[in-house]
Amino acid sequence: MVDALAAMLANADFWSAVLRVATPLVLGTLGVLLCERAGVLNLGIEGIMVAGAFTGWLAVHAGASLWTGVLVAAATGAAFGLLHGVLTVSLALSQHVAGLGITMFASSVAYYAYRVSFPNVSTPPTIQPFVEMRWLELPVLSAQTPLTLLALALVPVVAWVLNRTPLGLAVRMVGENPAAAEGQGLSVSAVRMGAIVAGSALMGVAGAFLTLSAFNAFFFNMVNGRGWICVALVVFASWRPGKALAGALLFAFFDAMQLRLQQADVGGLPYQAWLMLPYVLSIVALIAVARRASYPQALMKPYRKGER
Amino acid sequence: MTDTVLRLAGITKRFGSLVANDAISLELSRGEILALLGENGAGKSTLVSILFGHYVADEGSIEAFGRPLPSGDPAAALAAGVGMVHQHSTLADNLSVLDNVMLGTEPLWRPVSRRREGRARLLDTARRFGLAVDPDARVARLSVGERQRVEILKALYRDARVLILDEPTAVLTPQESEALFATLRGMVAEGLSVIFISHKLDEVLRVSDRIAVLRAGRLVATMAARDTTKSALAEVMVGRAIPPPVTKPHSRGDAVCVIDRVTMHGERASARLEGASLSLHAGEIAAIAGVSGNGQAALVELLCGLRAADEGRVTLGGRAMPADPAAWIAAGTARIPEDRRDVGTIGDLPVWENAIAEHYRKPFASAGIVRRGAARSFARRLVDRYDVRGGGIDTPARALSGGNMQKLILGRALSGGAARAADFLPTLIVASQPTWGLDAGAVAWVHQQLLDACARGAALLLISEDLDEILALADRIAVIHAGRLTPARPARSWTLAELGLAMAGEGARDAA
Amino acid sequence: MRLEARGAVSPAMAVVAPLAAVAFTLVVAALFVAWAGAPVGRTYALIFEGGFGSRFAWSETLTRATPLVLTGLAAAIAFRARLYNIGAEGQLYAGALAAVAVGGLHGGTGFELPPAVLFPAMLAAAALAGAVLMALPAIAKTRFGVDEVVTTLLLNFIVLLVVSMMLDGPMKDPTAMGWPQSVALQDELQLSKLVERTRVHTGLLIALALAGLAWGVLRLTTFGFEVRAVGANARAARFAGVPVTRTILAVALASGAVAGLAGAIEVAGRTGYVTLDMSPGYGYTGIVIAMLAGLNPLGVVAAAVFVAGVLVGADSMSRAVAVPTYVADLIVAVALLSMLVATVAARYRLRLR
Repeated sequence: MVDALAAMLANADFWSAVLRVATPLVLGTLGVLLCERAGVLNLGIEGIMVAGAFTGWLAVHAGASLWTGVLVAAATGAAFGLLHGVLTVSLALSQHVAGLGITMFASSVAYYAYRVSFPNVSTPPTIQPFVEMRWLELPVLSAQTPLTLLALALVPVVAWVLNRTPLGLAVRMVGENPAAAEGQGLSVSAVRMGAIVAGSALMGVAGAFLTLSAFNAFFFNMVNGRGWICVALVVFASWRPGKALAGALLFAFFDAMQLRLQQADVGGLPYQAWLMLPYVLSIVALIAVARRASYPQALMKPYRKGER
Repeated sequence: MTDTVLRLAGITKRFGSLVANDAISLELSRGEILALLGENGAGKSTLVSILFGHYVADEGSIEAFGRPLPSGDPAAALAAGVGMVHQHSTLADNLSVLDNVMLGTEPLWRPVSRRREGRARLLDTARRFGLAVDPDARVARLSVGERQRVEILKALYRDARVLILDEPTAVLTPQESEALFATLRGMVAEGLSVIFISHKLDEVLRVSDRIAVLRAGRLVATMAARDTTKSALAEVMVGRAIPPPVTKPHSRGDAVCVIDRVTMHGERASARLEGASLSLHAGEIAAIAGVSGNGQAALVELLCGLRAADEGRVTLGGRAMPADPAAWIAAGTARIPEDRRDVGTIGDLPVWENAIAEHYRKPFASAGIVRRGAARSFARRLVDRYDVRGGGIDTPARALSGGNMQKLILGRALSGGAARAADFLPTLIVASQPTWGLDAGAVAWVHQQLLDACARGAALLLISEDLDEILALADRIAVIHAGRLTPARPARSWTLAELGLAMAGEGARDAA
Repeated sequence: MRLEARGAVSPAMAVVAPLAAVAFTLVVAALFVAWAGAPVGRTYALIFEGGFGSRFAWSETLTRATPLVLTGLAAAIAFRARLYNIGAEGQLYAGALAAVAVGGLHGGTGFELPPAVLFPAMLAAAALAGAVLMALPAIAKTRFGVDEVVTTLLLNFIVLLVVSMMLDGPMKDPTAMGWPQSVALQDELQLSKLVERTRVHTGLLIALALAGLAWGVLRLTTFGFEVRAVGANARAARFAGVPVTRTILAVALASGAVAGLAGAIEVAGRTGYVTLDMSPGYGYTGIVIAMLAGLNPLGVVAAAVFVAGVLVGADSMSRAVAVPTYVADLIVAVALLSMLVATVAARYRLRLR
């Protein structure tokens, strides 16, 4: 067992897998983080990832370039984000319920559209996905696709925007004290809306990574709870981009490890036990950090201008 | 020096059937302090909220420096040089002072925030107006007075030429208020103009040049401060005679509730107590004076059964009490919380369920089934006896006005679930800011109810930030500062200056 | 654009708004149907016929509605106390597993107990399994402040893996020729049919009885008051002496138990054994049903029948015209979102300025 573990950790392929598994989680977690820093929970992520995975793939299948596919996925995410924004910001509906509604809506639209577009296929049609960046000639990174690089680059960018720019200050302020932001002349709904749309676009790209990079086709249930895990990771990361990256990598580490251990049949456990590991760890992590988590003060609190 | 900086013409604002502002026209001159005086609910806050763009007026227009001010747009008000210091702090606790001040002052799409320039400008403004702050301090760590300084700096940092302050002294000690007035005078000397909202006659007369009096949404008078007197102002403001509360001579009875060296830990100053001791006697009114956020919340939570003491103990009728609201209710405590809307009532439930909320198990249920008929007729009588208006017993509580909500809470607490008034007398009444935000008539009514219960032998603890209220009612006064309580002394033995010093934390050490 | 609160819920809007929501849903779904190239009117007619148009259609709809009433109740009860139990799907599977563990293992000998004892024991085990599964997130919420949405969601995935593990291992049906399905329930434990030659079973009566019970408890009892008070304003409820934590835990147990029962009743009434696809998302659909019903237990029954009818009708429709069955999920999702908007319309007035 120890030997098997050591061999696994020494293997560059293992670490490549970790990074690959982490990529959609990094993108999705950054998306959730942007929404939540502005004070809005976005449980639509699971469905938005499905929709992004589908439209991105569909665009490429229809002949567009891979990067156009990524943009289409981002636009899809943004559109559903806009809907979520209208429901939770303009209409001040329950963020929990609206988010779940968006997830159902987005995934049923995607599945419906897939079936309408491809009524009689037995095996999912494929596309030519992003290729690995062999030219990079770096140990683990050259086994990745450009989307992974994009995800990694976005971490410092999001951190910079949030902490160093007037825009980021505005986002943090509407998540902490919307009344104060309005008193300083900001439009709370515009800032929140912007953050949700941007965050949801990232969620769409997270979905597209699955169809344009990790696989080459669109399957049912391919997102399989990754969106919910991103929501958990944001809490685990205390709403900080750097920690979100760390959390996603940690999660991916266990996910990749479970895959290897399952294949190696270590410990004689049924494979399902290993599959369970990442979910169990997410719950444990949530409970472990809950006590010291400092939520954005206005998270899940709708803001109605001029309410009394 | 008579050029007009601000002109309000025919401002009208309705909330449903309530006319909060009725065709108000008003002008503000350069270098002038205008006081906006009126009772709670007279429409002062609504008016300045419209002026600053939080609300949209139904009718009327506003001009700033000769140009029309678009309605409903705080950004436009700020750009026109109008700044506002809100009644409740509008600072984000988790961000720094500089963050709070700089928010919204830079173009949003600038790639880097120019914090160095911002800091220099903030320190410079602070120096010019004598308002010392630490730009890097997290707001959560600041005292109430410091927070207000940051609020004022937020406006001055943006070159406000008109500053609106909504009840700025409500949270300050008398000494801090004096310092604020000095700052305001310095500002008008530099050519700024100030609108100052208050319902306190003394300070209005002392600080302002001109006074505009609002009553029930109407502007009833404007006058120069030097041409009027306190009693004349009072008459104009209230517009009717309010019967003074009938104080009956109380006889101080036995100690009912004893707080013995209680310490409570907490992250915020308002949630901490440090070795507080106090005993409350039957038939006596004890009051806690203090600036908000100094541990009043912890004391109230302790006596409402919401939180346990970390050290020390609290007894009621000789019994040690657990942190369980139901136990305190069962022991006969009448509790009036500060926050009527979020703690005192359950807004989505109807009035009748709110009326029995503290007694839903006994006597209004048997074998786990709510006795609907009994509960509803109790509620009907309560609404009658305590004059709760604004809908029947099936209206959701959230639809009641603040005053009627308070009557419902007071009625529920004082009647203890008993069918007839004579059948129940609370052992202890804990009243936290019982008259906050109420108009003069309702204030007098609430005071009368409390005094009556006290005269019948209940012990009353009054926690208030309004010194006038405390001085009018209390037999004994203790001052709270940073979680520490001074010994409670007879009300007459305190001077105003002493109270102020104790509220600021000076002299508490000598007394202890 | 801004919202202004109406003084009270406008009675006209309270009727008009939900109708408008239904109309809007039909229009949106019609666009999708038209996009698939199918005749809209015929498609709707087929869905309606397939769901409600015949004795057989009704029997299929009611069969499908039975678990949906239960998962809908599970969500409605929990949401009333503002406890967002999104884990009914997992709780349903846990209940199904527990039912088979009691009523099917031991070589089908049923621990040598008579059915009159074994049947209630089976239901109790299922309820207990669901309750225990929901207790975990509820304790994490009340003790550590962990948001229950994410924990209940993640538990769904864990439970499905447990089910898969069981179907591969100790509960595997040796006679199923490699199909992942559990051993079957004893015949004596199967619920009897309500109507001859249909699949409607007496589980429907259990579901209806539970809906009535939930309605009565919420409206008439002190516990119901506690639940509503905690859901409306937990701070104020605590101030008034309501034991908030205890109420949340009790609601969690009740909600989980009802979802667990849904699993047992599906096994005993329809499938006879556990498979990995025995629920096509009943747990998630239950949330939609609860919302459509405005969290009213009696409304849950109506909403469940509606949703079941749409699902069953869409299945039969897609055999006739080229519209994917996913149109049913789409209709349900749009109905949820537009109904949410309708509740706002009844309480607020939109001002454009």
